Amino acid sequence: MTTPDVSIGEARANGSKPLLEIRDLAITFKTGGGEVQAVRNAHLTIMPGETVAIVGESGSGKSTTALAAIGLLPNNGSVSGGQILLDGEDISHASEQRMIELRGNTIGMVPQDPMSNLNPVWKIGYQVRETLRANGRPSGPEDIAKVLSEAGLPDAKRRANQYPHEFSGGMRQRALIAIGLSCQPRLLIADEPTSALDVTVQRQILDHLDTMTTELGTSVLLITHDLGLAAERANKVVVMYQGRVVEAGPSLELLRNPQHPYTKRLVESAPSLASRRIQAAKEQGVETADMLAPAAEAAVADNVLQIQDLRKVYKLRQGLGKATDFAAVDGVSFDVKRGTTTAIVGESGSGKSTVAKMVLQLEKPTDGKILFDGVDTSLLKAGDLFKFRRRVQPIFQDPYGSLDPMYNIYRTIEEPLRVHKIGDAASREKKVRELLDQVALPQSAMQRYPNELSGGQRQRVAIARALALDPEVIICDEAVSALDVLVQAQVLNLLADLQSNLGLTYLFITHDLAVVRQIADHVCVMEKGRLVETGTTDEVFEAPKQEYTRALLNAIPGAKLMLPPEVA
Amino acid sequence: MVRFILRRLLQVIPVFIGTTLLVYYMVFALPGDPIAALFGDRQPPQAVIDTLRSQYHLDEPFFVQYGLFLKNLFTFNLGNDFTGQPIAASLARVFPVTAMLAVEALAIQAIFGVAFGVFAGLRRGGWFDSTVLVASLVVIAVPTFVLGFVFQLVFGVQLGWAKPTVGANADWGSLLLPAVVLGLVSFAYVLRLTRASVSENMNADYVRTATAKGLSRPRVVLAHILRNSLIPVVTYLGANLGGLMGGAIVTEGIFNVPGVGNKLYQAVLRTEGPTIVSIVSVLVLVFVVSNLLVDLLYAWLDPRIRYDQ
Repeated sequence: MTTPDVSIGEARANGSKPLLEIRDLAITFKTGGGEVQAVRNAHLTIMPGETVAIVGESGSGKSTTALAAIGLLPNNGSVSGGQILLDGEDISHASEQRMIELRGNTIGMVPQDPMSNLNPVWKIGYQVRETLRANGRPSGPEDIAKVLSEAGLPDAKRRANQYPHEFSGGMRQRALIAIGLSCQPRLLIADEPTSALDVTVQRQILDHLDTMTTELGTSVLLITHDLGLAAERANKVVVMYQGRVVEAGPSLELLRNPQHPYTKRLVESAPSLASRRIQAAKEQGVETADMLAPAAEAAVADNVLQIQDLRKVYKLRQGLGKATDFAAVDGVSFDVKRGTTTAIVGESGSGKSTVAKMVLQLEKPTDGKILFDGVDTSLLKAGDLFKFRRRVQPIFQDPYGSLDPMYNIYRTIEEPLRVHKIGDAASREKKVRELLDQVALPQSAMQRYPNELSGGQRQRVAIARALALDPEVIICDEAVSALDVLVQAQVLNLLADLQSNLGLTYLFITHDLAVVRQIADHVCVMEKGRLVETGTTDEVFEAPKQEYTRALLNAIPGAKLMLPPEVA
Repeated sequence: MVRFILRRLLQVIPVFIGTTLLVYYMVFALPGDPIAALFGDRQPPQAVIDTLRSQYHLDEPFFVQYGLFLKNLFTFNLGNDFTGQPIAASLARVFPVTAMLAVEALAIQAIFGVAFGVFAGLRRGGWFDSTVLVASLVVIAVPTFVLGFVFQLVFGVQLGWAKPTVGANADWGSLLLPAVVLGLVSFAYVLRLTRASVSENMNADYVRTATAKGLSRPRVVLAHILRNSLIPVVTYLGANLGGLMGGAIVTEGIFNVPGVGNKLYQAVLRTEGPTIVSIVSVLVLVFVVSNLLVDLLYAWLDPRIRYDQ
């Protein structure tokens, strides 16, 4: 199990030398609380032309290891032991001058977040040109356009004259790939290159990256938290956990036969297609088909939300006072049955979040009706709206942004109770304690502030806050998208438990079909503002009617990999 | 862009009328008789007082006085002040002096503030950063008049590096010392603003990406850290230019600079409505134009800002 250098034997056998070899690497960070070892005894070997993936959750040291290889550790971090051999040269303590020579030319990088990795004040072409120039390559307009179009950017000449904010996320990532590969480096470090993108775009970008690196013979060090993606894209996978390499080996072998307990957990919780609805699986064997039938009939009559022909039109300015209509949501109708989970899926820009905002009464529909418990919500007066908000609560995507950093956890959860004037101070405190129990947070968390909690814990706080008013419907807008796989699985389990205990209804907005499979009863697929397909989760997953739905399903990383049934 | 500039220039009209009306009213409402003040302890004959009153329209109601002022303004005849000097001529004397002083002070703030701020921000916590931070705190804490007298004494009198006072013939050289004093306080703010902005942008993802591309350190700093850090600094400097043009009463007083501050101070003492409002009118224009320049600089520094929409 702890023989990570699988390829050393192979390498000697076929006579070639490894391009990058990391031996016994230790990385230490100096923090206010003393020295922290972020990485210890890391081993890794990349042969020329090979793709190796490092998999692990955030904080596992996977990005730190990769950054050390290109000499970009943060100022308070340093290599405290071991070697990083690039073509036999130890670069772990190389001079800044030597690293500047290597960066771009020999080691390229494609960073994680396309939104923040391009300088907003320079044109895309300029940012490509300075790369070419710094590495002594021809940098005329033709060369720039060539680099960009090779990375799959259409109309590259015109695009080079645009600024990053005029690009979509996918296009920006293509530009970053263009920059990373522009000087034909021998090693490309791709740090979660697509985790910020939609699944369909993700697939295109990764396919393109594959093609390019194969053509150029570039070795790739791929960093990801998604085991499915790693197994699909890499020859070898290295699993890191708490700063250590816990397992390494050829991708499929490792996926089929994980040895280390952490790898086993990762394989189990990988949100691949094989996973079934959590709750349904739990209830299996308890309820018979006879028991289910009347319940289903009762549910048909009880639609807590009815969306009828909903439209939302935005005016887009086109300069000089001209405006065109843009239908973000165009004639969407569906029902949400009480006590069930309905998922709305689609890419960004499909209008799914706009639907959620209209249901929450945060945006006014241009046309159409939203019936809550049979009452048209557009007719609600201020007082009724206040009561409505008590019954319908949101959980948002970003647990870092949606909690007030100046409020401690107690105040955050208690605030809705206070706003709605429920109980006195003592009963409110009792309620907060109950809520913390429900979301499995310790009572001691009450006095802490959001920045003292992990992402998963913050999302639990957001759930507790949403539950404070005993709502009937909870609208989760990408509520688990920002979380690591393992934490994601925990939060999804929590939501499923709360649903069966409290009879909650969920409207789940997500771009992640794997998550949908785990949590939803019904699926609505949206494309460009329209509802293109609806049905039960099993229907949609097993027999998708629309080409678009099929494309979304195919884009799930690891979808094509066959997992053995015992881990699925 | 043209539409934006036109719209901004049109905004000058209501701003101009609002400010001049307000200032004119406040001068009108000041207690005391400007004519009596003109004669000091002597009691002039009633006929003289009446003549002077009607000459300066002081016997008219407020709105008539204000209307006459506007009429004069648009015929480019600002009238005479109480000493019989044409106001336009005295404005033409004081504004260039103050403009020279302001530009010099602004240049000192911008060049030294940004340069020191960048060095301090890049090595946050280093010896240069710590020294500069303490020094800038001292500069902010010490009042301008103390700083002014100390500089005048040390550099002007004892060391003799510069003229201790400016006097009638102000030029760039003689204005250097007051410009340094005037610029120092804002220099400290510019420095701190740049430092904070630089040390924040230093850790931005795009800076790391720029380094990963193989760019040299100076190139990363100039193209990717500095330009992005200048945006808040430019706002501050723009607002400051308006303030500097308003004349620094204390600094101009210490160094005997014949500028706007001095003129305005004397006019307020004599309750000379037309002079005060004339100066204010020019200042309103200066403010509006310098704010417009800041907005245009913004759009140049940050292409995400577009004013056409």
